[in-house]
Amino acid sequence: MNEDRTPTAGLEHDAAPGACAPTVQAAEAIAAAARTRRRGALYVAEHQIRSMRTYGWTILIGGIGSPLLYLLGLGLGLASFLDVPVGFGPDGPVRYVVFVAPALLATAAIGVSTEEFTYTIMAGFKWRRIFWGMNASPLAPEQVVEGLVLAVAARMAFVSVAYGVVVALFGALGSPVAVLTLPLVGMLAGMAFGLPLLAFAASLKDDSGQFAAVQRFIFTPMFLFSGTFYPLSALPGWLHWIGWVSPLWHASELGRWLSYGSPISGVMLTVHLGVLLSLVAGGWLLARRTFVGRMRG
Amino acid sequence: MITATGLTKRFGDLAAVDGIDFEVAAGESFGLLGPNGAGKSTTMRMVGAVSTRTSGELRVLDLDPNTHGPEIRSRLGVVPQEDNLDTELRVRDNLIVYGRYFGIPRAVCAERADELLAFAQLEEKAKVKVDALSGGMKRRLTIARALINEPKVLMLDEPTTGLDPQARHVLWDRLFRLKERGTTLVLTTHYMDEAEQLCDRIVVVDEGRIMAQGSPSSLIREYSTREVVELRFGSERNAGAAEQLAVLGERIEVLPDRVLIYADNGESVLEHVARLGLHPTTSLVRRSSLEDVFLRLTGRSLIE
Repeated sequence: MNEDRTPTAGLEHDAAPGACAPTVQAAEAIAAAARTRRRGALYVAEHQIRSMRTYGWTILIGGIGSPLLYLLGLGLGLASFLDVPVGFGPDGPVRYVVFVAPALLATAAIGVSTEEFTYTIMAGFKWRRIFWGMNASPLAPEQVVEGLVLAVAARMAFVSVAYGVVVALFGALGSPVAVLTLPLVGMLAGMAFGLPLLAFAASLKDDSGQFAAVQRFIFTPMFLFSGTFYPLSALPGWLHWIGWVSPLWHASELGRWLSYGSPISGVMLTVHLGVLLSLVAGGWLLARRTFVGRMRG
Repeated sequence: MITATGLTKRFGDLAAVDGIDFEVAAGESFGLLGPNGAGKSTTMRMVGAVSTRTSGELRVLDLDPNTHGPEIRSRLGVVPQEDNLDTELRVRDNLIVYGRYFGIPRAVCAERADELLAFAQLEEKAKVKVDALSGGMKRRLTIARALINEPKVLMLDEPTTGLDPQARHVLWDRLFRLKERGTTLVLTTHYMDEAEQLCDRIVVVDEGRIMAQGSPSSLIREYSTREVVELRFGSERNAGAAEQLAVLGERIEVLPDRVLIYADNGESVLEHVARLGLHPTTSLVRRSSLEDVFLRLTGRSLIE
């Protein structure tokens, strides 16, 4: 149903020789839908953000509280037992909290995805059924996806920037510019993990434990084995693949390079960015296809 | 407003809608009457430009839903079978958020929301969360929401299913007012009384096909008698009694729980029944209804 997105396609067809011009009521309908054709995604995002306000305090407290807890626990607590440095910048070893902060920030953004691109999607199709209300309006399924992603990006931006600021306050940034760049990498990680998850969630008719399984069997192992707390190279070789398929590892490596200039080759930088962008693009296309298939059956 | 010719929707081998023709004119109140699974909702989804037809022609507001889905949807109001209000938002916010989907400016949404809350008799509930509303109130809110874009056609899929009788009457009253104002209504129902109350014209559908169409009264005239006598002899004796009763009316239907005798004068049929020495446990003379039309056309009841 791609023609749904091209307002003039059918009109040109209608205006073909022999066919008559659109009637008054048709012209009226065409005018009425014009704004939604252009800005539909924003209307969806507007609704979603309004809904997020109902649990706004958890977003707020989680957004600020979680970095505080992690940085205090790992950066001050755990770090005091570590004799061997794990992270190195161009000028030698960096403090443990500096090493771990970019990975924790990316994890926080991914955490937003594991909520917003799972239960929220099931709610939209099944529990609250609000996607079906959107579907009956002039919105196209693609715009529903765009709007959802926009709203989640907004929440992710808040969480990532809050994290960045707390990290900066802990003095755990290698470079001051990283307070701006780390949240961007975090959001990229969040979307690289989140958009394929969105496509998956939209394909489910029912949640019979799949989301809990994602949390336990995908998110948690990824968090533990993606070079989050120590370099991937510290793990035995047969576990390295987890890092390679994990958006968290790629984002952490990018973040460390941006924050304190951890040494990474140009090739590896391209690989990290490439993997993240491919996951975003692939997830995006798949999510759109799933929504269109489901809403236009 | 709507023209369908040979409209068909297949899901694999199953033809949910099997080549139906109908037209809906402006200001008309048009009903699709049929049992569950007759293809009513599928038809509504195709007209509502959310489901593509397998074959046939369909024009809604002179546009083809395949190419102008958003345009058609922008001028329709849709009341779905299952409520899909945002239960986490307040009543008034539901209307505003929905109005925004149509690109209506916020201030206009707010103004219309207040008018519509008054229309739906929900003014006092404006600030309440949707969760706290009764079933009937939710339906009224859904109808109010469907009107936020001042639609050309209001489409209602089973609008009163699951409501108690009082809530149904309140809803019918609201819909009747819309009809009086000239709103074009398209509704599906499996309640004959609803169809009789609200529709100027009905198509009776069964298994994806149109069995008959016309106004409620013309359908009754054409497919039934003026009156119906309902007799109950107890489930074991109904069939036996029916053999003797067959001569009394124009037509007779034996249902599991009762025998229906179709005749123009029900009282005189009852007298004959007594003269035959039959003693039903209950007897009732009533006017023919669309239920009888459906029974005649399909050999089945509407609600099974």
